[in-house]
Amino acid sequence: MEPMDKSPGTRTDAGDDMRRVARLRAGDQQALSELYDRYSSVVYGVALRILQDTGAAEDLLQDIFLQLWRKPDAFDSSRGSLGAWLAVIARNRSIDRLRQRRPESDIEDCVIASSTDLRDETERSLVIEKVRVVMNEMSPDQRTAMELAFFEGLTHTEIAEKTGEPLGTIKTRIRSGLQMLRARFST
Amino acid sequence: MKTHEQFADDLALYALEELTGSDRQELEQHMETCATCRREVQFLRSDLSLLALSSAGPRPPARSKDRLMRAVAAEPRGASAPSPLQVRRRGLSWALVPAVLALGLLVWAGTLWQKNDALQHNLSSLAVLYKATNSQLQQANERLRLLSAPDAVQVSLSPQSEPRKPHATAIYSPSQKRLMLMASGLAPVPHGKAYCLWLIPMEGAPMPAGMFWPDEHGNAMMMDHTMPEGVIAKAFAVTVEDEAGSDKPTSPVLIVGSGL
Repeated sequence: MEPMDKSPGTRTDAGDDMRRVARLRAGDQQALSELYDRYSSVVYGVALRILQDTGAAEDLLQDIFLQLWRKPDAFDSSRGSLGAWLAVIARNRSIDRLRQRRPESDIEDCVIASSTDLRDETERSLVIEKVRVVMNEMSPDQRTAMELAFFEGLTHTEIAEKTGEPLGTIKTRIRSGLQMLRARFST
Repeated sequence: MKTHEQFADDLALYALEELTGSDRQELEQHMETCATCRREVQFLRSDLSLLALSSAGPRPPARSKDRLMRAVAAEPRGASAPSPLQVRRRGLSWALVPAVLALGLLVWAGTLWQKNDALQHNLSSLAVLYKATNSQLQQANERLRLLSAPDAVQVSLSPQSEPRKPHATAIYSPSQKRLMLMASGLAPVPHGKAYCLWLIPMEGAPMPAGMFWPDEHGNAMMMDHTMPEGVIAKAFAVTVEDEAGSDKPTSPVLIVGSGL
């Protein structure tokens, strides 16, 4: 079921990103430069947090924007935020690199339904602050489970072993943590 | 064989790219026909993007962008123009002639190079414009193909008993597996709820065909929704469901229309 954005204005807000992606399809290097200026700190921040190595984070940043250049159609621009999509790709590719494994899926397979506007630095700062507030409101156990799964790429089983908690508890913590985030951003 | 509810437990793992092997294959097969799970994965990825943002902040060093743009310049798409390096190499061969003549020729070559560079720049700009226009044209053509497909069905849905008189038009092409919906006069839905379009096939149970939310004017539009292959619609209907989606209608039908 393909979702629609709840906010009818979102598609218009994302319009200039869509235009830049259209220019990328046409081979416009300037469009890539503009998108890099807008989103490189998102990709780099995620990669650095996960890989804990500036050189590796720079390599990943390079790879992701080169992929965007080579396959601009991989991003489904009808479904919202390019920044959110890049953030998820950055997370997944960083975990692949951390675990020294081949990617489970191609970037085309990563379809995301996001209405969060991340283009503007100020808007982005507000979103980041809100996420951090929500994370701080979580119990330490829940926050730990979320961070181990998301930033360290541990499987639920590994988290259960590491924390000594039952597997079902870990699954519930991660799922409810994501639901908590979603609930806060849908109000 | 897992049930839908059992698959739902794996969705967060899938979004986190933790699900592997046969579990992953089974879920991907299930999602081919389960729009609810596809939608939930898309939303879970959106939730994960928010989590990713909690680590945003540090900026990459300036050299990273230089490196990227150099790499991109080294692999331009489309017809490649002679690089300045190639032009310079051509000019260097004239350095073998006597100095004065070489100087004159180099000036001449430099002028030609500048003209060539300007022409190449204009050509690139035109190519960019052409490709962008062509891309937009292709998108418009795809939509026109759906609207003009011989088997495209246009269905008008009318109210059963609602005083607000909601109205919707669904256009569906089985051969293209695509569906569009335009709705108006819709009342706002409560928090956590959404309108759900149901495709009622010739045989079998209603299939969820997309969730949508009205804007402040009560209008909604769903474009280019993809449906499984080979499904012939007997009718379409709209209900209100939980925004996470539902496998079967759980509330009264608000509007309904025959596809035959």
